[in-house]
Amino acid sequence: MGSDMASGSVAIAVRGLDHWFGTGEARKQVLFDIDLEIRHGELVVLMGASGSGKTTLLTLIGCLRRVEAGSVVLLGRELNGASEDDLVACRRDLGFIFQAHNLHESLTALQNVRMGLAVHGDRVAGDWREASRHVLGLVGLSERVDYLPGNLSGGQKQRVAVARALVGNPPVVLADEPTAALDRDSGLAVVEMLRRLGRERGTTTLMVTHDNRILDLADRIVRMEDGRIVEG
Amino acid sequence: MTGPLTPMLTALLGRLPIGWLQLVHNKGRLAAALSGVAFANVLIFMQLGFLGALVESIRLPYTVLNGDVLISASDANTLFDGSPLPRNRLYQALGVEGVASATGFYYGRIDWKQPDGTIRIMDLFGIDPTSAPFSDPLLARQAESLMLPDTALMDSKTRNVPGDLFAGIEAGTPYRFETRGREITVTGTFEIGGGFSADGYLVVSDQTFLRLFPARLPGAPNYVLVRLAPGADPAAVLADLRAALPASDSAVWTLDEAAARDQRFQTTQKPVGIVFGFGVVIGVLVGVIIVYQVLSTDVADHIREYATFKAMGYPQRFFLGIVFEEAFILALFGFVPGVLVALGLYAAVAAGTGLPIFMPAGRPVLVFLGTLAMCALSGAIATRRLARANPAELF
Repeated sequence: MGSDMASGSVAIAVRGLDHWFGTGEARKQVLFDIDLEIRHGELVVLMGASGSGKTTLLTLIGCLRRVEAGSVVLLGRELNGASEDDLVACRRDLGFIFQAHNLHESLTALQNVRMGLAVHGDRVAGDWREASRHVLGLVGLSERVDYLPGNLSGGQKQRVAVARALVGNPPVVLADEPTAALDRDSGLAVVEMLRRLGRERGTTTLMVTHDNRILDLADRIVRMEDGRIVEG
Repeated sequence: MTGPLTPMLTALLGRLPIGWLQLVHNKGRLAAALSGVAFANVLIFMQLGFLGALVESIRLPYTVLNGDVLISASDANTLFDGSPLPRNRLYQALGVEGVASATGFYYGRIDWKQPDGTIRIMDLFGIDPTSAPFSDPLLARQAESLMLPDTALMDSKTRNVPGDLFAGIEAGTPYRFETRGREITVTGTFEIGGGFSADGYLVVSDQTFLRLFPARLPGAPNYVLVRLAPGADPAAVLADLRAALPASDSAVWTLDEAAARDQRFQTTQKPVGIVFGFGVVIGVLVGVIIVYQVLSTDVADHIREYATFKAMGYPQRFFLGIVFEEAFILALFGFVPGVLVALGLYAAVAAGTGLPIFMPAGRPVLVFLGTLAMCALSGAIATRRLARANPAELF
């Protein structure tokens, strides 16, 4: 979206990031001096045992938690010290894919996808129907656009969630176990799509996964252990 | 499934009507919520209806009088209480400049025993038949017939009386009954309708009245009805009357003031008015609680979806918009059945009790605005739960 997004420049830069949970006696450090740089168009897989801090790192980069110590620069904006409004605005440049689909049960597949577009306001509202149908087609759900989530299978719901994350062409996609609810083929298809978006549009993807099937598709693998980056 | 309303609301809101879609998605809960709002509305309408009927039933007897000024005893709160006026007051009033005529009337209450042994309580006015005391056409036309001793005119809207009794009187068959040891002959009818204490009205001449109430002194009526001379300045005459009559035993009102004072007294000092006012408050509380329950449960049920929308970058006002959209829909769609049921109940109550209960044009507007405010208040309380939607917990 900006000129700094040419392939090769830095999309996410983390420097000396520390993070704690809890307060007082129970205060416990969960991230230690994290340094991480991800360039535009890269597909980076974040691995590590549960409790290693990878999800916390994802939520800090995703503007869902406040950065307390160290620096996170997302698409050129420093998140440490950013106001709540700034964080909300930053989230609009991100596509989130959660482990659970988190679809709205009262909205059809098409309406759920539209919510991913409508957050950008009237600027893009005009052609929402075309854009939403297109991205639902990319995840193989052209025939299911008017279904409520209750009438879709688990895998189909997860693919609607992927479509919702991608419909606004976010420069950065953050994904937490996106393939957990998918069978092998559709899991691979989703990751291949993210890789293709990286090549074609410079979309940057940071993905937490335990899924060994998709490691081959990653540009880079970052491993975490006990709140520290040990490889990558 | 959601009919043509979804595109309409989409156009209206400029976004997907998520509140509406959430509400219709759970039809059972929506039905319960709408019945709750409708119930609160019916409750409020009925209390306002009774309150309105009370106020109207107080006003009605004043409207049949032919006069400009009412002189009452200073201790009178309503048309039906207070001491008799001293004899001189009528003559003193006649002596004030600008007063064209003055006539006294007496008030009493009698029992009218029915063939089945039950009793109707009648408010009884004793008037001077020659003084044209009524403006109501039916009464004005028949007043002079009361010069015959022991004759009366009766309110044909008296509660719990077979209608053919009045039809017979109007057809020319006088009706006779005994009260306070005398036989009264009813020779005609008029229409006022009973209020919350008595069942109806009876009008007799002052002479007949004094025979029914031998303890009352002639020349000492409960009220003096004053008519002003053409062209007289009412404010000036009122001031002169107040100056001429001792405030220790007399009070001077315009007819409208007297009716308003009576209404004020009965709605604020008597339990009946306070009970209905309290009922309105209870109705509002019931509505607020029901709508709050529905909206806050709905927010709690969608906390994950809202957290997801927050993660996607939707600002706080977006979620407030959803809650208030739901509040508005509940207010609107609960109000419509509420007002229809209330109209039906008004008709039933009017038919059953003879009370002047009806729907003035302004009342539905008022109640709808109140319902909107009630739902908005509930929505505002329910939005506090939105803070629990924490997108960081989605991972």
